[in-house]
Amino acid sequence: MDTTPSGDAAMRAFGANQDVPVFDDPAFTVMTKPLKHARVAIVTSAALHRPDQERYTQGDVRYRAIDRTDRDLVMGHWSPNFDHSGFQMDLNVVYPIDRLEELASDGVIGDVAPRHFAFAGNQPDTVSEVRLDTGPACAQELIADGVDVVILTPV
Amino acid sequence: MSTLAHVFEAAGLSTIVLASMKEVAEKMVPPRALYCEFPLGRPLGRPLDASFQRDVLDRAFALLTADGPILESHPEIIESDETPLSCAIPPRFDSSLPPPVDEAQGLRAAYDRAVAKRGTSAVGRAIDADAVPQALSVLHRWAQGASFADVALPGKNTIAVAHDIRSYYTEAALELATGAMPGGRSVEAWFHEMTEAGKTLMAARTSLQDQQAPFPMWFYMAPGHR
Repeated sequence: MDTTPSGDAAMRAFGANQDVPVFDDPAFTVMTKPLKHARVAIVTSAALHRPDQERYTQGDVRYRAIDRTDRDLVMGHWSPNFDHSGFQMDLNVVYPIDRLEELASDGVIGDVAPRHFAFAGNQPDTVSEVRLDTGPACAQELIADGVDVVILTPV
Repeated sequence: MSTLAHVFEAAGLSTIVLASMKEVAEKMVPPRALYCEFPLGRPLGRPLDASFQRDVLDRAFALLTADGPILESHPEIIESDETPLSCAIPPRFDSSLPPPVDEAQGLRAAYDRAVAKRGTSAVGRAIDADAVPQALSVLHRWAQGASFADVALPGKNTIAVAHDIRSYYTEAALELATGAMPGGRSVEAWFHEMTEAGKTLMAARTSLQDQQAPFPMWFYMAPGHR
């Protein structure tokens, strides 16, 4: 009998034992408007980028902005430890932009943000750059775009 | 993702994380998280299944009514199928070439069709598609004992070159595959277990380890559990 753990089980077991950053007194922003009037953005850690944008380096702490209309995207994540084929078949399985457009058309959400953002999930362990620098900078870009709600999708 | 959730909430945005690792979410306590036990790399669960993806988003948005931190789980679990993809591999054509080089050349037409359809390719981090056979030729030599210090790899960075080779094969395979939608680890299993390139890559990785190459240089060439 093959007792080798599956790739996903091995990764989940690895993740469960990792130290994580601690956030003292974390914020909780209550939604003040109905979802049907809210503007929604996607932020993913799949390191997505357009072919004309700079590729992600190993340990890249920066983010890339993706326009609402972009569909020809590349997944620039460096880790071999998760599936890349699903994204090749359907980018919505990582970046559900077409689903958001449908939700807006159906009146479930108010609007789709004009820009969405991608980080690379394989960060230095402290994530201090994302926490103190590029994360807050991205938040300001989202606020400037009038975003109310952010859906965060990992890979 | 949970880190960004905390940063964004502090800036005044409401966030929802589609968490893929439950213990991490439990420890980091993002304001709102929907734990989805789906194949890693597929946070919305099922490619080309709009209604399932919509269901995930509906459940995520429902968390916005909570008045404090909340972690819920999607009721469905999707196992990551590790059965190798059903995909034809080109027969030997030029026996003067190492098997993985011959194989990669045989997949080129399928790869080109895939790129023409999709408009983009993940290949190109360190090498382009033209250099894939040459890179495999070097990995073949390493696998047979050649020193990595003496035989240079096109693209230099072993992790990036391995990514480009794997992406070249993935994109070609999805063009050639028949049968059901491949599961989360099906293409990975096909590449590593069925193709000459995958076997060569693993043998080269072992050779690098034997040659006392730096750990990151060989380890991240393949998924950790392999």
